[in-house]
Amino acid sequence: MPQELLRIEAKKPGGNWTDPAVQFRKGVFCYSAAAKNVRALDLPNPRDWQPFDADWKLPPDWKRILLEGMKERLEKYRSFRLFMDICVRCGACADKCHFYVGSGDPKNMPVVRAELMRSVYRRYFTLTGRIFGRLAGGRELTEDIVKEWFYYFYQCTECRRCSVFCPYGIDTAEITMIGRELLNLIGCNTNWVLEPAANCFRTGNHLGIQPHGFKDSLEFAADELEEITGIRVDVPINRKGAEILFVMPSADYFAEPHYYTLLGYMMLFHEIGLDFTFSAFASEGGNFGLFSSHELMKRLNAKVYEEAKRLGVKWILGGECGHMWRVLHQYMDTMNGPADFLEEPVSPITGTKFENARSTRMVHICEFTADLIHSGKLRLDASRNDRWRVTYHDSCNPARSMGLLEEPRYIIRNACHRFFEMPENTIREQTFCCGSGAGLGTDENLEMRLRGGFPRANAVKYVQEKHGVNLLACICAIDKATLPTLLEYWAPGVEVGGVHELLGNALVMRGEKPRTTDLRGEPLSAEVTHA
Amino acid sequence: MPVFECEGRMYEVDEDGFLQEPERWSQDVAKDFAQTEAIADLTDGHWKVINYIRNYYLQFGIAPMVRKLCKETGYKLNEIYQLFPSGPAKGACKLAGLPKPTGCV
Repeated sequence: MPQELLRIEAKKPGGNWTDPAVQFRKGVFCYSAAAKNVRALDLPNPRDWQPFDADWKLPPDWKRILLEGMKERLEKYRSFRLFMDICVRCGACADKCHFYVGSGDPKNMPVVRAELMRSVYRRYFTLTGRIFGRLAGGRELTEDIVKEWFYYFYQCTECRRCSVFCPYGIDTAEITMIGRELLNLIGCNTNWVLEPAANCFRTGNHLGIQPHGFKDSLEFAADELEEITGIRVDVPINRKGAEILFVMPSADYFAEPHYYTLLGYMMLFHEIGLDFTFSAFASEGGNFGLFSSHELMKRLNAKVYEEAKRLGVKWILGGECGHMWRVLHQYMDTMNGPADFLEEPVSPITGTKFENARSTRMVHICEFTADLIHSGKLRLDASRNDRWRVTYHDSCNPARSMGLLEEPRYIIRNACHRFFEMPENTIREQTFCCGSGAGLGTDENLEMRLRGGFPRANAVKYVQEKHGVNLLACICAIDKATLPTLLEYWAPGVEVGGVHELLGNALVMRGEKPRTTDLRGEPLSAEVTHA
Repeated sequence: MPVFECEGRMYEVDEDGFLQEPERWSQDVAKDFAQTEAIADLTDGHWKVINYIRNYYLQFGIAPMVRKLCKETGYKLNEIYQLFPSGPAKGACKLAGLPKPTGCV
C-alpha cells in the first residue's frame, strides 16, 4: 500500500556516515550475475554468490585490483579525477535525487554517494589522505566498503538529475559508472545487467530473440497492421543497399505497451515510402554495457555500426530507446567513431540535414518525425487519440543527455488534442527518473523502484487529479516496462504509451480503410470513425 | 543455486524460482510450479496459454511476443493476468518452463 512507502524517515540519522555497514534486505537490491553470463562476457570471477551472503568470494587480491583499477581510471578519465577533487559539499544536489526523496537514506544524496568513493580516493591517492588518513576524510578500503559501494551504486539510475543542479557540473552518474566498473573487476555485478548484455552478444538483442523469432514478431505486427488499416506494410530485414538502418530496443517487438510504438514506426515508414531496413544482428538499440563498464558499452555499440557498414546504408535511424541515446550522443564518437563510412544524415523526404548527427550519423526518430510534420508531409487526425488525456515524461537520457525536449512534445501536440504538462521542476532538464533505469528495473528490487519512482509518479498524480490525465507518454523502453508498475502503485488509472503509438493512431495513411479501432484494438468513438 | 522442492521432487531454479533445466519440463512440472504462482488449479485456460508458450519456445527458443500470445490464445492481456497473477512474461513463462525474460521488459 502506498501509505507504507510514504513513511519516509527524513530525520538526521544516528551513527557515523563513514560506517559502511549495509543490509541487503529483499526489495532493495538486485541479484548477482549468474556465472554463465559472467563467463559469456569474459568477465572476471564467475561464481555462485548473492549480495546477502556473508562471504562474497572475492578474489584474494581484490584490494590490489580495485586500487590499481582506480589508479588507471584516474589517469585515463580527467572527468573522474576532477569529480573526485572539486566537490565543496554545498548540498545543492542533496534533495534532487529521486532515491533520496523516496528513501530518506542520506547515502542516497548524490554528494554522499560520491563521497563513498571520494573517501577511498583521498586515503590512497592524495598526499594528505595518505599521511593523515581518517583525519583528512580518508577511509580504509575494506570488504564492507565493497558491499556498501555495490549497494549504493546500484541504487543510482545514472539519470543525471543531480548534475543539473551542481554548480560545478559534477556528474554523479559518471562516478556511479566508475564505481560499477571497478566492482566489475572483482566480479561484483548484477544479473539484470549482465544477462541482457550476454544475450545481446549471443543473438543480437537483450531478450535473446533469434533471427527467425525476430522475423516472426515483425511479420505478426505487419499482419495486425493490415487488419487495423487495410494496408500491407513491408518488413525488410538485413536488406543490403537500403538507405537507412533502423535500430530499436528489442522490447519494442516483445513487450507491452512497447509493441504499439513498433506499429507506429512501421506505419510511418510505409506512409512516407522510406528506403530502410531492420537488422536481426543490430536488433537492439539499448546497451546494457553502459550499466556495467565502458569496455562492455563500447563492444555493444560497435555492433550497430558494424552492421551499418555491412549493409552499406547511408545513415542510421534510432527508435524510442532511452540510454541508447546517452551512449550515442556522449560516448560513441570517441569510442567507435567517427563513423566516416556513413553519410551525413539527410531526410530523404524533406531534405533536412541533421547537422547535430554529423559525426555519429544516427538520428533520433522524434527529430525525424517532428521534421516530417513541420514540413507538412504527414496527415494527422488527432481526434483518433481523443480517448487519451496525455502528459509527457521526459525520459532521462534523451532529455538530459541529448537535449531532446521539444520534438516529442511537437509530435504529441500534433497527434493529440489534449496534452497537459506536469509541474515545471519535474519535466525537461529537471525530469524525474522512472526509478528503474540503469539496470535496476528487476522485480527483486521492487521496493527501491517504487521509492525511487515516487517523485515522478507524484507529478503524474498531480496532473491526473488536476486535468484528468490518463496516459503518460514517453520515449524509452525501460520507461514503458517499469512505469506501468509504478503508476499502478502510486497513480492507478494512468496508462503508459509511446509517442509513436500516438502518431500511429493519428496517422492518416493513403488507401487506408476506415479505422474502427486504435492500435491497442480499442474502438474509436463513432464520430471519429465516421468523420 | 536454489532448489525448489515439491513432494520430494527437486528442481534447480534461479532466484525467482524459474526452472533452470528447460528440457526437464512436462505437464507435471507445470503443476508443481503452479503453487509457487498462487494458482490453485490449472484450468483449460491455463493450459491453452502454457502450451502455446511452450510450443513457441521449442520453435523459437524464446517466449512469444506478448501481443501475439494474446491474439493466438484469444485472451486479452488483463485476462492473462487473471489466469497468471504475475503476468505473461513471468507467471506464464515460469509454468511453461522458460527462463525469465530480461532487458527492458
